[in-house]
Amino acid sequence: MLLYALRRLIYLIPVAFGVSLLVFALVHLAPGDPISAIVPPDAPKEVVDKLKEYYGFDKPLPVQYLRWLGVTLTGDLGTSIGTGRSVAAEVGSAFGNTIILAIAATLLAFSLAVILGTAAAYAKSRIVDRLVTMISLIGVSVPHFWLAIVLVIIFAVELGVLPPMGIGPENSTGWQFDRAHLAHMVLPTIALSVIPLGVVTRTVRSTVKETLSMEFVTALQAKGMRDSRILFHVLKNAAPTCLAVMGLQAGNLIGGSILIETVFAWPGTGFLLNSAIFRRDLPILQGTTLVLAGFFMLLNLTVDIIQTMVDPRIKRG
Amino acid sequence: MALQSPSLDVGGAILVKPTPTSAGRGYWQSVGRRLRRDPVTLICAAILILLVVASMAAPYLNLADPYKTSMLRRLYPLGSPNHWLGTDELGRDMFARLIYGGRLSLFMGVTPVVCALLIGGSLGILAGFVGGKTNMAIMRVMDVFYAFPSVLLAISLSGAMGAGTENTLLSLTLVFIPPICRVSESVTTQVRGFDFVDAAKASGASAFTIVRVHVLGNVLGPILVYATSLISVAIILAAGLSFLGLGVKPPEPEWGLMLNTLRQAIYVNPVLAALPGVMIFITSICFNLMSDGLRAAMDVKA
Repeated sequence: MLLYALRRLIYLIPVAFGVSLLVFALVHLAPGDPISAIVPPDAPKEVVDKLKEYYGFDKPLPVQYLRWLGVTLTGDLGTSIGTGRSVAAEVGSAFGNTIILAIAATLLAFSLAVILGTAAAYAKSRIVDRLVTMISLIGVSVPHFWLAIVLVIIFAVELGVLPPMGIGPENSTGWQFDRAHLAHMVLPTIALSVIPLGVVTRTVRSTVKETLSMEFVTALQAKGMRDSRILFHVLKNAAPTCLAVMGLQAGNLIGGSILIETVFAWPGTGFLLNSAIFRRDLPILQGTTLVLAGFFMLLNLTVDIIQTMVDPRIKRG
Repeated sequence: MALQSPSLDVGGAILVKPTPTSAGRGYWQSVGRRLRRDPVTLICAAILILLVVASMAAPYLNLADPYKTSMLRRLYPLGSPNHWLGTDELGRDMFARLIYGGRLSLFMGVTPVVCALLIGGSLGILAGFVGGKTNMAIMRVMDVFYAFPSVLLAISLSGAMGAGTENTLLSLTLVFIPPICRVSESVTTQVRGFDFVDAAKASGASAFTIVRVHVLGNVLGPILVYATSLISVAIILAAGLSFLGLGVKPPEPEWGLMLNTLRQAIYVNPVLAALPGVMIFITSICFNLMSDGLRAAMDVKA
């Protein structure tokens, strides 16, 4: 098992190398040279050259890349052009806020998806199956940022029962466990959970249905096992596939919450990324993308390993 | 499976059934017959055709000018005389803007998938058919793109390149190449293992002929079905980029951008503020249902 995990980790190295190249390239995709983003167009040439030298932009690209990689590997992601704070600190505080929202949305989506998907697979009546299929179709088709606005309109503007934006009461910058902060979480969590809900419900429904048609289920029934015990066996067999899909979805939530965070002004990585783009704060853009991609890779690796632990049949090489 | 909408969930293995190429015409006829008997798919296709035709013919439909602002007629509610869907935050006619908006919104959703289908599909078929080191090189590069959540990749690329329609198309195309390439590679590898490919090789067919006749004939269906399932994701993603201010620039009518600019109106005229999203929702649900119908009609197991 440990060996398997280690092998998967080593396999990640070339991918991580590619990711670092792509993230490095982001700065150079920007129109003009990277310096032009931070100096006024009429800055004297000496100043521009000084700045280029300071940031190392006067060196050839491969040298710049190696220097950047070296510094980044020590955990130093540079300095934000907008705030002057270290990128690592900015991303770190935003990351926590994103994770909290992602965990809440994952839990909500996954538990609902398992209930709905299993119900649809077991249902004798077509209506239940149709209903669940429709819910999952809506989940994957709805523009979630629009749903977020609709939720704000209904629950904050019309009914006035939930706060429309922010992470907590005024002046609150971080998340804590209390009523006010939980109330602020409700709408973003729902809006964020619709896509994974749709995708995972589909997967649970089809996987459970497939498992139910397997011979071992008939054998268990013939043996006289109680239905609730059989359900346990079925779910255990369906779990690896559903877990893998959910893992991918959870990763997408963390990287993809930018639209929801923007609608709710939730101070997470997506919000940070969005404001960095408009301030042309390239170090923040680069740092956030790198941290999120790194997290996504590790999450996928973890899901992979958990999947192998739950289901030893798939020890993929 | 619907792509990871903003979560492309790619990865479902697609199984190919070998179809004798000589039976080609009969196969497509039966697909057409099955589609004609599927009311849901037909209705969705009709709605989509209506949307496409309406947005293309918008200048000839005698609509109000979608760019003409009026400070006096701002945020009229639904059902106002002359503006039956109301007016936006600058007094422009909503109905005209929603119809005109379809031009960019549909274009920006469909184009990246078509481009990605051409590029990613060719790369995937090449990787799958040639195999060996070529396969390794192509697929390892795709793995790098898979290390990013798709929405993050689209936003970071667009953010770095700057706002604009071309940049959005480019970054969305890049986002959709890897999933299409992976699916194409997987189905091509399966088809390459079928006996009729060996038979064709033994009878002296050139590699080009084998790809053109035997491989394409068998992989095109599954790849197309997969690509159509990505269109709804692409439409939502493109609208999302414009919503963030990274796509289409004002004053162009585009559904995502309209949602963004109307956000300030949610306290004044909430129903109006939600309208552009309804258009995105309808379009995306129709594309998803059509893709499901196509999959069933073509008998592709996903």
